[in-house]
Amino acid sequence: MSENVLKVENVTMQFGGVVAVDNLNLEINKGEIVALIGPNGAGKTTAFNVVTGVYQPTNGAVWFNGEKIIENHPQGKMKKLYKGQHAGDYAQVLAPTPDKVTRLGMARTFQNIRLWKSQTVFDNVLIAKHCRVTHNFLSATFRLNRKEEAEQRANVEQLLDVVGLSDVKDELATSLPYGKQRRLEIARALAAEPQLLLLDEPAAGMNPQETDELTAFISEIRDQFHLTVFLIEHHMDLVMDISDRIYVLDFGELIAKGTPAEIQNNKRVIDAYLGVAEDA
Amino acid sequence: MKTDKKQMLFLAVVLIIILGASIALDSALPSYHIAIKATKKATVYALVAVSMNLLNGFTGLFSLGQAGFMLLGAFSYAVLCIPVDKRAGVYQYFDGGAIKFSLPEIFAGFLGDTVGATVGMLAALLVGGLLAALMAWLIGLPVLRLKSDYLAIATLGFAEILRAFFQWNTLGPITNGSNLLKSYPDFTRTSSYIILAGLLITVIVLLINSTYGRAFKAIRDDEVAAEAMGINLAKHKRMAFVISSFFAGIGGGMLAMYNGTIAAASFKSTMTYEILLIVVIGGIGSITGSVIASFLYIFSSEWLLRGLDSGAFLGIKAPGLFKDGFRMAVFSVIIMVIVLFFRKGLMGDKELPDLLRRRPKKSKEEAAKNE
Repeated sequence: MSENVLKVENVTMQFGGVVAVDNLNLEINKGEIVALIGPNGAGKTTAFNVVTGVYQPTNGAVWFNGEKIIENHPQGKMKKLYKGQHAGDYAQVLAPTPDKVTRLGMARTFQNIRLWKSQTVFDNVLIAKHCRVTHNFLSATFRLNRKEEAEQRANVEQLLDVVGLSDVKDELATSLPYGKQRRLEIARALAAEPQLLLLDEPAAGMNPQETDELTAFISEIRDQFHLTVFLIEHHMDLVMDISDRIYVLDFGELIAKGTPAEIQNNKRVIDAYLGVAEDA
Repeated sequence: MKTDKKQMLFLAVVLIIILGASIALDSALPSYHIAIKATKKATVYALVAVSMNLLNGFTGLFSLGQAGFMLLGAFSYAVLCIPVDKRAGVYQYFDGGAIKFSLPEIFAGFLGDTVGATVGMLAALLVGGLLAALMAWLIGLPVLRLKSDYLAIATLGFAEILRAFFQWNTLGPITNGSNLLKSYPDFTRTSSYIILAGLLITVIVLLINSTYGRAFKAIRDDEVAAEAMGINLAKHKRMAFVISSFFAGIGGGMLAMYNGTIAAASFKSTMTYEILLIVVIGGIGSITGSVIASFLYIFSSEWLLRGLDSGAFLGIKAPGLFKDGFRMAVFSVIIMVIVLFFRKGLMGDKELPDLLRRRPKKSKEEAAKNE
């Protein structure tokens, strides 16, 4: 089990009285592409936000590369309100901010694109390199970091080449067409030098051809950058094509896990997506 | 954004012209001439406006504490620089004050009179900047958790509290209470002001174009994305706040130098609004915009529009209309016109060298649209 890159252990996320994610357990191994699917409002993005440190889970823990990075237990008012399981199992509180999680080696993209609007394509990627900077602000101001800066710029050029955006590198990020903005967001995430790449609906709003290109692109970068990929997606073609394994959420609960073939024939999954006949 | 050689050359030429003009100004006009006074004040305001732009325009933190930090800088400079033998006169209500030394005199002791005095004055300015930075770090701990309007109100409140604190009689032996501080030395030449402010602004520009400056801009554009890409929000916001305050402190010291006398009462929120106005007129997120706007603003308010108050303007004599206060009325109209026609300020978020850059693509697109 030491090959786990990410392990989510008994994570429950409760907002007031609403349980958004209920006792989620999942494991992602090195080099895998794992998809998290489920109907709208199933808690997929919430799960993502817990893993990346945006939300602090109500109960449970998250492990990254064999190290516990996030842990929490119900506190204050939540002690009474808590509806989940494993209530007494976690004693520590570990709540890193998202930037810390990113520096540990996880980078994400967003469901609704969040590029830095006033910056060029090149600068958008270059800024993501900032989290790997070793110089302090004084030596950066007085240009004592020339070597590091040059390395970073060269690195960004290379990265833009790989994702096929070098011809538009001096344009404003927001002037790109939608599909390229998605690519740019992935390039930006790659610039943070992650081991685990989290993609939140990377194909949202794309046409079938763009989706096909994206499918190829994701497996390509996985191989080239030795990544592990964890993605949320609604496009079933894409999910079934590239995923090694799939987890299915419904109303915050994990209802199935397995290979694409297993998931396609799972009755609970079909019920969740298509609904159940009342008087069958 | 990278600047190419042509732009660097252009910038260098502009700087040399400004410096040459200031030296010419010094030798041609007596030091009490309004042109010299206005240039000095505009230079100081340019520095403070740029420091405010670093925070409000580049990091997206809407802070209104600038007057407070300037106050700290101004008082540090004045208190540390008043000559020892004049202290009895200045602190007449406080037995000559608590501080019995003067930095320019100490440095003059072992560096010679002219060099030593200058070094001492610069050291006093630096102390002012560092004090302002320290204060910014302290109040930044609670205040920087706030966003937009709330941050503005909190910093504004801080500046007002600080002003009241400095007027407190118990602190009199140091701050002279609500009385004036005076008799401290200053830079007599305009070119000294321009060189010092120019160097400091250059440092800010270097910072903004460094990797940390890019991180500031990322925070301004999208905080959530910045944090998700590994930029520590608390650390970088605090950094921008402290650095901005440092330069505001030095600017305050230079303002004290320019004024000749200072009292805490003059560092009201009006001063912050003046600087904010300069930043907005120049363009939020444009360094050269702030500099140009501060010269325009100070020149017209202090000098060029004076005639409107005293009866004759541009050869028109209308003592009935051009009375005290009419200048401010005209001034307000000018500002409204600027805000209406230059929505993003005079420069937007462009810098002066950017204007040289040709945009063939855009003009082609426009041509296509017109057809």
